[in-house]
Amino acid sequence: MSTDFLEREGTRLPANVAVRRVLVDAAQWSQSAQSLRDLDACLLALWGADDRDVDGMFRIFAAFLLPDHVLLLQHAMPAATPVYPSLAGWFPVADRLQRAVYDLLGLQPDAGDRRPWLRHGGWPDDHFPLRRDSDSTQTFPVEPAPYSFVPVSGDGVHEIAVGPVHAGTIEPGHFRFSVVGEKVLRLEARLGYTHKGIAKRFEGLPLAEGHHLAARICGDSTVAFSWAYCAALESITDTELPRRAASLRALALERERLANHLGDLGALGNDAGLAFGLVQFSSLKEQLLRLNQEAFGKRYLFDYLVPGGVVTDLGMHAIRAMLDEATMLEQAVATLRTIYDDHAGLQDRFRDAGQVSPELARAHGALGLAGRASGTAQDVRIDLPWPPYDWLRPRRVLRFGGDVAARVLVRFDEIIESLRLCRSLLETLPAGPSLITLPTAATGRLGLGLIEGWRGPVLIALETAADNRVRRCHAHDPSWQNWPLVEYAIHGNIVPDFPLINKSFNLAYSGHDG
Amino acid sequence: MFDILTRIRRTGILSEALPRSEAPEAPLEKLQRSLQAVFGRALRIRHVDAGSCNGCELEIHALSNPYYNLEGSGIAFVASPRHADVLLVTGPVSVNMEQALRRTYEAMPDPKWVMAVGDCGACGGVFGANYATRGPISAVIPVDAVVNGCPPTPQALLQGLLQITRQRPG
Repeated sequence: MSTDFLEREGTRLPANVAVRRVLVDAAQWSQSAQSLRDLDACLLALWGADDRDVDGMFRIFAAFLLPDHVLLLQHAMPAATPVYPSLAGWFPVADRLQRAVYDLLGLQPDAGDRRPWLRHGGWPDDHFPLRRDSDSTQTFPVEPAPYSFVPVSGDGVHEIAVGPVHAGTIEPGHFRFSVVGEKVLRLEARLGYTHKGIAKRFEGLPLAEGHHLAARICGDSTVAFSWAYCAALESITDTELPRRAASLRALALERERLANHLGDLGALGNDAGLAFGLVQFSSLKEQLLRLNQEAFGKRYLFDYLVPGGVVTDLGMHAIRAMLDEATMLEQAVATLRTIYDDHAGLQDRFRDAGQVSPELARAHGALGLAGRASGTAQDVRIDLPWPPYDWLRPRRVLRFGGDVAARVLVRFDEIIESLRLCRSLLETLPAGPSLITLPTAATGRLGLGLIEGWRGPVLIALETAADNRVRRCHAHDPSWQNWPLVEYAIHGNIVPDFPLINKSFNLAYSGHDG
Repeated sequence: MFDILTRIRRTGILSEALPRSEAPEAPLEKLQRSLQAVFGRALRIRHVDAGSCNGCELEIHALSNPYYNLEGSGIAFVASPRHADVLLVTGPVSVNMEQALRRTYEAMPDPKWVMAVGDCGACGGVFGANYATRGPISAVIPVDAVVNGCPPTPQALLQGLLQITRQRPG
C-alpha cells in the first residue's frame, strides 16, 4: 500500500526545530508506523487530547524523530469510539505510553497491554482526569488494586520486591526481580508513583506562567524543560530570541549537564566501592553549584529561563569566574578520569555490567546519554541544531560498549565537551538584551519545544487557548524510552549490581510520571 | 594508588574552607556544633520522596558532600524507617504515594519527628491538590517542622534539623 501521505508536505508547526504535522486516518496511522520503523525513525512521544468541546473529537498525537526533522502524526477519533491502532508492534515504547494515555483520557489502543500504568487506584477506572469535563479539584480515596506482574516460574525461581520507598535518597518506583540464586532472570518495573497530574494542572494556566510548572516536571532537568516550554511558546508567538538570551540559556543547559554528570560519576564510583570518587566529584559539583549561586542567584536554575529570555544577565566577574572554573574542572576531571581508568577494582565492576547492545538500543529507540553509550548517535543539539547550537557545533560523543563502563565514559567525554561549549559561549557572549516581551499568542495554536537535556531529548507540546492561556501542555521525558532498557540491562547480572546498573542510566521518575 | 593519595592531599579538608553563609542563616560550623550538642551522635534520618520533582533530593544529597559533612555532625541517613528518628519528606503527596508514606511513618518507632521539605512539602507548591495529589505533607501525616525553598538550600535543611530538636513531642 502506498505511503504517499507520508511524503505530503503536511503543515509546518511552530517549534525550535523543524516539525511537520500530517493528519492521518486510522489506516494511515498504522501504515506510517510501519514505514517509519523501516526508516529507523524513533518514536519520541505519544499523547492525547480531548477536543470534544471544539469539534466532538478526541485526538492522538505521535511525534517521531527523523534525521532532519520531527514528524507529528495527528489522528482524530469520534467521541463515541475513542479507539486507535496500537503502535507497540513497531515501537515497543508505545506500550507504556498508550497505557498512560488510557489512564488519563480513556483513549484505547486496539491491542497491547491493558494494565493501568499511571493509575494505581487513586481514582476510579471509569474516571478519566484529563477529559475536559473532569473537575480537576475532584479527589477520590485511594483504593489500591493488585498489579499483576508477569510471573516467572521454574525450579528455584523466587521474587524480590523493591520499592516504592528505597533504601537511599532517591525517587520512588517499584522493581520486581525474578531471580535464581543471585542471578536476575527478569526485572519488571512499575512506575507512576510520583504522578502529580501535571498535564491537568497546566490547563488554563496563563501562558506567561506555565514555565514555573514546566521547570518542576523533573528537578534535575529544570533548564531543559523550561527551555522546551519557552521554545514552544516563543515559536507560537513568532518571537525571535535575542542572541544573548539564547547563549545564556545554552550556558545554563550545559551547566545542568555538568552538574548532573559530575554527581553521577561520583555516585557510580561510590556504588562500585570507591568512596573517594564520591567525595571528589560531589565536591566539584558543589563548587559548580556555588558559582551558579553567585552568577545566577540560585544553585539549581529553577525559573532562570522565562518566556522571552532569562531573568538575570551575566556580569564580567561571573564570566571570568566561570572561565577559571572551566580550567579547574578540565584538570580535575582529567586527573579523576585517569584514576577511574586505572583502578582495577572499579573497572572490574563497570565493564560488561548491565549491557545494552547497539541492536537492542536501536530496537527500543534508546535516546540520549544511554543511547549514545550503545551506539545510537542521537543528539538533538547536533542533528537538529537550534540557536545557539547552530553555530556552537557540539562534537558528538558516541560509545558502543553499552555497559556501565560505556555510560561512565560518555559522561566523562560529555563533561569535557560541555566545558568547551561553555568556554565558547562565555568568550563570544553576544551583546544585546537578555530578555524581551512576548506578543499575545493566537488562540488554538500548537507548538513544540525539543531540547537535548543531560539525559536526552525532552519535549513540550503546547496548545494555546483564548486569553493567553494554556489549553493543553504535554511534557515528555526520554526516560520513557530508556526505562525498558534497564529491564534488559539487568538480565544475567546479579541482584547486588542493580544499584550500579540503575545509577549508570539514572533515569527520571518524576519526569516520567508526570 | 599514588594518584589517589596525591589527589586527596591536594583536595585537603573542604569543610574548613567553607565560606561564612550570608544572614539570616547561621554560620555552618556553629550550626553543626549546635546540632551535635543536642543530638550527640545519634540522629538518624529516613527520607521519603512522596511525589517530589527530584529537586529537593538533589539538595538532600548535597548534605552528604564534604562541604556540609552531615555525617561529621553525627547525623546519618538510614535505609529503614525502623532505625529512624526523623522522617524527611519531600513532594506534594501524590495519591500513588499516600499509602507508602503512611506505612513508612507508622513503621517508625516513637519518639519520631517529621520534617516537610520544600515548598511542595510545605503547602503543595506549584502542584497544589488535585485528583493526583493531596498537597502538603501535613494533609497525610503529622508534621513537626517545615523547611521552605524550591529547593531549600543545604544550609536551610541543616537549620530545619536544628529547629526540630527544640520541639520534642510531649
